[in-house]
Amino acid sequence: MSGPWGTEEVCVSYGKTVALDCVSLTAPAGQVTAVVGGDGAGKSTLLRCLAGALAPDSGTVRRPAKQRAGYLPASSGIYPDLTVAENLDFRAIGYGMSRQLARERAREYLDRAGLTSAAGRLAGQLSGGMRQKLAVIAAMLHQPELIVLDEPTTGVDPVSRSGLWWLVTRAAAEGCAVVLATTYLDEAERCASVLVLDAGAVLASGTADKIVAAMPGSLLAVAAKPEGEAAGRSWRRAGQWRVWDPSPGPAGTRGDDVITPDLQDAVTVAALASAGAA
Amino acid sequence: MSALAACAGVTKRFGALTAVSDVDLTIGPGEIVGLLGANGAGKTTLIRMLLGLLATTHGEVTLFGEAPSRRTRRRLGYVPQGLGLYDDLTPAENMEFTEAVFGPGGVVSGAAPLSGELTSYGRATVGSLPLGVQRRVAFAQALSHRPDLLILDEPTSGVDPLGRARLWETIAEAAEAGAGVLVTTHYMEEAQECGRLVVMADGRVVAEGTAADIVGGRQVVAVEAENWPAAFTALEAAGLQVALAGRGLRVPGADTAEVRRGLGDVAASVREVPATLEERFFELTQRVPAAAEDAA
Repeated sequence: MSGPWGTEEVCVSYGKTVALDCVSLTAPAGQVTAVVGGDGAGKSTLLRCLAGALAPDSGTVRRPAKQRAGYLPASSGIYPDLTVAENLDFRAIGYGMSRQLARERAREYLDRAGLTSAAGRLAGQLSGGMRQKLAVIAAMLHQPELIVLDEPTTGVDPVSRSGLWWLVTRAAAEGCAVVLATTYLDEAERCASVLVLDAGAVLASGTADKIVAAMPGSLLAVAAKPEGEAAGRSWRRAGQWRVWDPSPGPAGTRGDDVITPDLQDAVTVAALASAGAA
Repeated sequence: MSALAACAGVTKRFGALTAVSDVDLTIGPGEIVGLLGANGAGKTTLIRMLLGLLATTHGEVTLFGEAPSRRTRRRLGYVPQGLGLYDDLTPAENMEFTEAVFGPGGVVSGAAPLSGELTSYGRATVGSLPLGVQRRVAFAQALSHRPDLLILDEPTSGVDPLGRARLWETIAEAAEAGAGVLVTTHYMEEAQECGRLVVMADGRVVAEGTAADIVGGRQVVAVEAENWPAAFTALEAAGLQVALAGRGLRVPGADTAEVRRGLGDVAASVREVPATLEERFFELTQRVPAAAEDAA
């Protein structure tokens, strides 16, 4: 099989719960694709299908052979009783890499991720951010064609996050297709394309610009929380209140308050619209 | 305005390690203060001193004008990173436990703004509920005794944008009712909800003010290139720090001339753009010699 990797109309149910409802995702080579959504949106299920860890009930998954893919599950897949270096050696054997090549790459990635001084430490003793960086290095050590990362940055501090993004960027620059799940929209905005999931269904997809341009109606920024019915269409953002006006066309007399939405606004509107706030 | 909480010259040492070094911090009524820092910067140690769980090595912590004690704890609402709920109890049982702890008259009936919704989960234990619901239970529990000071350690980690905005509504309502709030977050977009930010690195306060004050008109260089991997590789080779942004790159801490030199013959447009809070945060915290990460 060859790229582009991805899923086509993939459906997964756990008992009566629909975890994924006909979800399609394209992951082009040399690009980072974000899968966005909250807890329970279906991100992990989609990523597990893409990584081959879960067979969907229906639909197609296009992915490279297992040795040509890398996967960071939500549980990070690192052995706590091995050191950082041992974890990477073990992974390299599993990938069938030459020891020399594996060590060269590991040395560079550990250095750039700020982990060199931790190479001899047990993985179980690393901070959350350090463990996630190690897990991403382990997933990309063999220069796979596709890497699938399930929330590599959730709860990770900004310094470790920056190291993680260097690794992700490096993998994409080498031509790998990267798919990562995140709950952070500013992070999704850094990706070439974004898939927004809510309760197993696709709320929006495409480039961040396209998702923002497709937002229906208009958006106002006001100082106080609106009263009555409009309260259900409003939310707090940057110390102010955003109010979504679903009616098409120009926002009329309140022109002064109209603002240009960003990805976070557009995704919030999509969630409100899907919940029936319009 | 008298401060609800104040740290004056607070230092905490653990053996040879100085976790918090000479920190001054105040939180007033109605104020939302964001505490930012990498792992190991000293945020959790500072919070533990505010809660009265740790004694200072030097300096003074005052809560409501006195030293932290069980009495001041009654006026404080705390949501730890791990939420501090009993997974094997239902939301209602967790609330009952809190009521018992705070004693008669401690919990104000109906003060928890989410109590109505949370009763709808019936016999489901907290551990079986979605993370977003667990967070709302933890908030309701922390707010149930109408605290004067709220301390929230990464309150919205893992929550979707709408859920995050709803939690921030709850935080803002508590502040509007007069409570002071101290929030830690790793998420710079969320930091902008705070009226004032305090940035810590290596145990010290390295910046303080609004998000705009802290960014302070800093610029970074934005690079748009058809072939971004080539631009990334060239800039990396030139020793510059490069971050991916959509289909382009951002280079903090360099000027346009350096970036053009680094790009060599890679075709790209290069311009200066305002730095984000995250980029400025990174610059502020990286100036402090490393070792912060090892202390995590």
